[in-house]
Amino acid sequence: MLTDESPTPTESGAAAPAVRFDQVVKRYGDNTVLDHLDLEVGRGERVTLIGPSGSGKTTILRLLMTLERVTEGVVHVDGEPFSHMPGRGGRLVPADERHLRARRRRIGMVFQHFNLFPNMKVLDNVTEAPVHVLGMDRDEAAERARGLLELVGLADKQDAHPTRLSGGQQQRVAIARALAMRPDILLLDEVTSALDPELVAGVLDVLRDIAHGTDITLLCVTHEMGFARDVSDRVLMFDGGRVVESGPPERIFGSPEHGRTREFLGAVL
Amino acid sequence: MSSYPYAFHAGEPLSGLTEFTHSLPSVGAGLWVTVQATVLGAALALLLAFVLGFMARSRRLLVRGSSRVVVEFFRGTSLYVQMFWLFFALPILGFKLVPLACAVVAFGLNYGAYGSEVVRGALDAVPRGQREAAVALSMTPWQRMRLVVLPQAWPQMIPPFNNLLIQLLKCTPLMSLITISDVTFQMDQLRSTTGDTATAYLLLLVVYFVLAYALTLAMNGLESVAKARLGQPAGGRA
Repeated sequence: MLTDESPTPTESGAAAPAVRFDQVVKRYGDNTVLDHLDLEVGRGERVTLIGPSGSGKTTILRLLMTLERVTEGVVHVDGEPFSHMPGRGGRLVPADERHLRARRRRIGMVFQHFNLFPNMKVLDNVTEAPVHVLGMDRDEAAERARGLLELVGLADKQDAHPTRLSGGQQQRVAIARALAMRPDILLLDEVTSALDPELVAGVLDVLRDIAHGTDITLLCVTHEMGFARDVSDRVLMFDGGRVVESGPPERIFGSPEHGRTREFLGAVL
Repeated sequence: MSSYPYAFHAGEPLSGLTEFTHSLPSVGAGLWVTVQATVLGAALALLLAFVLGFMARSRRLLVRGSSRVVVEFFRGTSLYVQMFWLFFALPILGFKLVPLACAVVAFGLNYGAYGSEVVRGALDAVPRGQREAAVALSMTPWQRMRLVVLPQAWPQMIPPFNNLLIQLLKCTPLMSLITISDVTFQMDQLRSTTGDTATAYLLLLVVYFVLAYALTLAMNGLESVAKARLGQPAGGRA
């Protein structure tokens, strides 16, 4: 698998999983959201996290997006410490803002509530970060943004204000905005939960296209079991801050082994 | 005063209207001083409001703390006393400012302290999801502020800034206590030369009202522009 044209300089980097959680604990006060979690996501793998609310699924995405900090344990991305950085004497210390900023660039996220920037028109929502963060030429960024808006079916909305769009349209712009940063890993946090039922399909179709047309690593938290079945290589059932059961979607949805999984699927399907 | 010779030299008092007409240049000069003090004071206040407001949100205790101390001090001490202090006490310490500078600095510090709370509140009111989306796009803290947070916070600041601006305008007559000939001072001169107290003060009320309303119209315009940029209905009250 390793070729001498491997783009990653370190050996561990090239062979390592895209994401690895090593005994990660996340607590808010007395509430333990993640309890010594070990988790690996391979490169290009599509992993769906399911489970009851409050089971820690979203926290996993938020830790990866550096919106939260781990309480204990280490998160690795591409085999290199992500939540931490080498400190004095090679010991890992919690990452500072500069380390996080350098590393988080490879990761993108789509949020439950879209979080489009209302002070920018649709096209600018998609171009601002590539221009200011990646230093891309404005014309080039606009050209790519138009391509991405076409991909999500909103080429005609580039001059609209986000507030004038439906929830489904806003979410599709948010997907284009995340993709404009060319992330290797895309995090989808309940991206259809805030949408009216008739708008869900349009967003899921766009995501299916992306899943089938790219080799991006996907981590999704979702309650859309049909979608999870379509795009996932692996489904992880979460409960109480731990992975209760994991496996290919056919097995998890077809013949779940764990009682907790059966109970959960019985309630949502 | 020497600029009003008629009252002393004319054998009989001139009619009030003529007197008012003759004194228009000096009232105009006073008006200009009032406008200058308001605009310069507001500019300094705006600058300080942003500096102190940003400091108040710093992660460093020392930065946050010093902003707090400055704000509490200048909000908690009288504008009148601050101005007197700058005018009478500062020269004793070896710093002499021209009177207008004393007034502008006092207005700037006092209203800057109030304004910093406006800035802080408006920045805090931008939904957390907006900052998180900016983080997810790998923006630096400064880019998040400049591209995302500030453009959304700014429209929120305009109405409370308008309140402060009008209050600042209405405090400017205090300047006449430190030898500055603002519009109130000039009109008061006119009142004493004509003896027509009711008319003089009525005119003065009108002058301040017109100035305040002009400020409100300007700020409403600013608010409409800022809101339109956010795709919100203009909702102007003008």
